[in-house]
Amino acid sequence: MKPYEKNISECRDMLRSGEVSSVEITKSVLERIAEVDGRLNAFITVNGEAALAQAEAADRRRAGGESAPLLGIPLAIKDNLCTQGVRTTCASKILDNFIPPYESTATALLAKQGYVLVGKTNMDEFAMGSSTENSAFGPSKNPWNTECAPGGSSGGSAFAVAADECIAALGSDTGGSIRQPAAFCGVVGMKPTYGRVSRYGLVAFASSLDQIGPITKTVKDAAILLSAIAGPDSHDSTCAANPVADYEAAIGREIKGLKIGIPRQYFIEGMDAEVEGSVKSAIAQLESLGAVPVEIEMPHTDYAVATYYLIATSEASSNLARFDGVRYGARVKGDDLIDMYRKTRSAGFGAEVKRRIMLGTYALSSGYYDAYYLKAQKVRTLIKQDFDMAFKQVDVVVCPTSPMPPFRIGDKIDDPLQMYLADIFTIALNLAGGPGISVPCGFTSSGLPVGLQLMGRPFDEETLFSAAHAYEQSAGWTSRKPEVAA
Amino acid sequence: MKYEAVIGLEVHAQLATNTKIFCGCSTRFGAEPNTQTCPVCSGMPGALPVMNRKVLEYTVKSGLAMNCRISPLSVFARKNYFYPDLPKGYQISQFDKPICEHGHVEIVLDGEIRRIGITRIHMEEDAGKNLHEAAPGYSLVDLNRACVPLMEIVSEPDIRTPREAAVYMKKVRTILRYLGVCDGNMEQGSLRCDANVSVRPVGQKEFGTRSELKNINSFRFVEKAIEYEIDRQIKLIESGGKVVQETRLWDAAAGRTYSMRGKEEAHDYRYFPDPDLVPIEVDVAWVDGIRASMVELPDAMRERFVSEFGLPEYDAEVLTAERNLAEWFENVVKAGGAPKAASNWIMGDLMKLLNEENRSIDDCPLKPAQLAAMLKLIDEGVISGKIAKTVFDELYRTGKEPAEIVKEKGLVQISDESAIEDEIRRIVDASPKELERYRAGDVKLMGFFVGQVMKATKGKANPKVVNELLRKVLEG
Repeated sequence: MKPYEKNISECRDMLRSGEVSSVEITKSVLERIAEVDGRLNAFITVNGEAALAQAEAADRRRAGGESAPLLGIPLAIKDNLCTQGVRTTCASKILDNFIPPYESTATALLAKQGYVLVGKTNMDEFAMGSSTENSAFGPSKNPWNTECAPGGSSGGSAFAVAADECIAALGSDTGGSIRQPAAFCGVVGMKPTYGRVSRYGLVAFASSLDQIGPITKTVKDAAILLSAIAGPDSHDSTCAANPVADYEAAIGREIKGLKIGIPRQYFIEGMDAEVEGSVKSAIAQLESLGAVPVEIEMPHTDYAVATYYLIATSEASSNLARFDGVRYGARVKGDDLIDMYRKTRSAGFGAEVKRRIMLGTYALSSGYYDAYYLKAQKVRTLIKQDFDMAFKQVDVVVCPTSPMPPFRIGDKIDDPLQMYLADIFTIALNLAGGPGISVPCGFTSSGLPVGLQLMGRPFDEETLFSAAHAYEQSAGWTSRKPEVAA
Repeated sequence: MKYEAVIGLEVHAQLATNTKIFCGCSTRFGAEPNTQTCPVCSGMPGALPVMNRKVLEYTVKSGLAMNCRISPLSVFARKNYFYPDLPKGYQISQFDKPICEHGHVEIVLDGEIRRIGITRIHMEEDAGKNLHEAAPGYSLVDLNRACVPLMEIVSEPDIRTPREAAVYMKKVRTILRYLGVCDGNMEQGSLRCDANVSVRPVGQKEFGTRSELKNINSFRFVEKAIEYEIDRQIKLIESGGKVVQETRLWDAAAGRTYSMRGKEEAHDYRYFPDPDLVPIEVDVAWVDGIRASMVELPDAMRERFVSEFGLPEYDAEVLTAERNLAEWFENVVKAGGAPKAASNWIMGDLMKLLNEENRSIDDCPLKPAQLAAMLKLIDEGVISGKIAKTVFDELYRTGKEPAEIVKEKGLVQISDESAIEDEIRRIVDASPKELERYRAGDVKLMGFFVGQVMKATKGKANPKVVNELLRKVLEG
C-alpha cells in the first residue's frame, strides 16, 4: 500500500511511530497528483514545492517533540478558502490572479497543527452548482466513471479524496456542496452545524447558509478533521461560542436504542430505484445495529428548494458585489466607471453566477422584497420547525444524500432547474442550520456510489459521528476504491 | 402669498472610537492613504465584519441624551450600490430596525424653548474617499476612512427656519461633545449634514415636495444652503413652476444648490438584513448602566445654572454650549467667585482673548481659581473694576497670581479718603473755569473731574469714593 492511499488516522499513527515521514507521504501524494490529475482535474492549483517545504517543516516540528493530529498530513483545500500567498480563485476568471493577503480561520487552525497544503481544489464557480461543471477551469471527473460528474460544488475536493490525491480535504456546503459530491465520489462528507466552524476567509456565496466541513476517506477522519477546525472565532460574529466536543471520542460508541427518523417526504416518487434500494438496506443495517426506525413527517420539505434559491441568490447578489475590478482580481478597461464595471463583471463571471446574481437582485428589489425574500425567510422558519419537531421524536434523521446516482457530465448543465433539484435532499438542512453527514451506502449496478445522509440536532455532531461510524464499519463500503487509471 | 418652510436634518456624526466599526483598524485622521486598512475594511473576499461594542455604547448614550427609546433588538442591514470608495459594494447600515427611535432635542431660540423631534438614530460605516486629481487619467481610492463608525441622527420635519436648523445642529453637536462620543470637528468631516427642505403656503397642512440638500459641512452653510433653497423653491412656485423631488448638492463656493438630476432617486438600494452580523440584543441593565454613568447634559446644566446661580437664561445657554466651558465657570464659582461676575468676565474678556488667539477653554492660560481670586480682590475693594481689566490681561499673559500682579504693579486701589480728597482739591483748584461752569449747572463736567482724578491716581482711586468726595467738594 502506497502512503497516498492511507487515511488521516493511519498517517497519524505512522508519523507518530516514525514509520514514515511527512516528506515521504507528501511526495507520494504529489506523485499521485502528477500521475492522475492532468486528466481528471481535481486541482486548480497544486502547491508542489511549497508543500514539500511544509512537510519538511512538519518533520522538524515532530523531531522537536510536537505531535498534533494533523502535523505533516497532506490535505487539499477547496479553492474558496483564502490561503495567504497561495492563489485562491473560487474557480472564477474574475479571481484568476487573486493571491489572498490573509489566511482563513479554518486553514489557519490546520496550519497551527502543521498540516501540509497540497493544493486548491476545483469547484463550481463561487460554489454555485452541483456538478463542478460551472468551473472556469473545466469540470472535474467522477473517479468511478470519468464520463460522470463528481457532484458539486466541492467536486474537486471529493474527487481528490476518492482518487487518493490527498489524505483528506476541506469543502464548503451551502446547499449540499460537501455531502452531495461526497456521495457521488463514494467518500465521507460532513456539513457541521452553522456556526460550528468560522467562515472567516471563506469567500461567501450565501452567508447565512455557508459552512466549511471535512471530506474524508472515513468517518473517523471526518471527526479528527472537524475537531481541528471547529470552535469560536472572534473574526466571525455568526460563529458559535459553544465549546467543541471531542468528536473522535464519539467514534466507536454503540448506537443501541438510537432513534432514527425516516421522513416520508424524503422518499419521493421518481427517486432513483437503486438509490432507494441502497438507502433502505442501509436503514435495515442500522436497525440490525440496534437503532430504532421511526416514520416521521417533515411537511415543509417541498418548499425547501424554492426557499433556498431565493435566500441563497439574494445573499449572493450582494456578496458578489465586491468583485468590481477596483481593488483586486480581473479588470477589463472601460470608457468610464460604469463601463469598466459592466465589462469586468460580464467577462469575469460565468453564466450560472450571473443567473444567480440576477435572481437575487430581483428578489431583493423594492416591490418584490416582501413577496420573495421576506416570504422565503418565513418559510425558512417553518422548515426549521420541521427539524425541531423531528428531533423531539428522534435522534437522527436518515435519507438519501441525493435522489439520483452521479449523472453524466453535460446532462443537466443546460437545465438549471434539473440541476437545482439534485440538491433536493440536502438543501433543507442548510436552511435549518443543523449538521449532516454523507457516508457511502452502496453502488448502483453500473458501479456508481450511493450516499446515505444522516442529519442531527444543532451542535450534536457527536451522535452523527457515532451512527455514521457504526454503519460504515458494519457495511464496509468505504474500503472499496475506484480504479483511477493514469 | 406667505410661505413657510418645513425642514428636517440628517446629521452624520463620526464616533470618537479608536478603532473602526467592524475591524480593528485605527480611525486616526490624516494618515497616508490606505495605511489604516485590513482585509475587512478593504472588502477582501471572505473577510467578515465584527461589531465594535464601543460604537453601540456611544450610540445608545447619544440616544438616551436625545430622549430616544432604545430598541431591545436592532439589526444591521446592507445598502447595496456600486461606487469605487465602497469596497464591498454595499454599506453596512441600519434600515427598518434602528437602535434608537422616537426622541427629541430642545433648542433655545430668541429666549424661547422649541422641541425638535428625533425620528431615529442609527449606526453605519463610512465609505472611503476617491482622489480624482492625484494621477492623470485615473481616480485613486483611499480606504482609510472606510468602515469608520458613523451615527446618523434623523430629525422630524419640525424645523421651520434656516436659523432654527443651525441652532438645532449646534445643539446636537453640543450634546455629542458633552458625551464625548464625537469631536464635532466639521473641517475634518466628523460632523456633516443633509437637509430635507420643502415650502408650503402658511396655513396649509400638507407638506410641499421636498428636495434633499447634501454636502453641508458648517453651521454657516446649513443656514445659507437652506435659505437659498427656500428662496429657490418659492420663486419657482410663484413663477408657475413645480418643485421636483430630487437631491441637490450645496456648492459653498458659488453659494447655491444644484440638481444631481434625480440620479440618486433612481437607486434601489435593496436593503436586507446583513447575514454576517447577528441581531443586536440590548440588555436593559446594560442600558441602565450607561444611563447612570452619563454626564450632566447641557439642558440640565443650563437649568441648574439659572436656578442655582441665578444666571440669566442667556448666560446659562452660552456657558453650557461647551461642557469644558461650563465646568470652567463652575470651578470659578466653587473657588469663591460670584456667579454673575464670573459669567461676565468669562463671556466678555476671557472669550475675547481666547478667540483672538483661536484657543479653546481647554488650553486657557489662566486657572478658574485665579479668576475667582481676582473677583475677590474687586469685591474687597482692593482693586477697581477698571484696574481689574489690566490685572486680567496680565493674568492671562503671565499666569501669575492676581494678588502678586496687583502688588508688583502697585495697582492697589486708593480708598483712603483724605488722600483722595487732597488730590481732588488740587485738581479743582487748578480748574477754576470748569468749576464755575459746573456750579452754573453744567453737571456733565462731573465726568471731566472724575477723569482728572483717575488720571492723577493712575486709575487706582476707588471710583465710589471719588464720586462721593467730588460731589461734596464741587458743590462746596
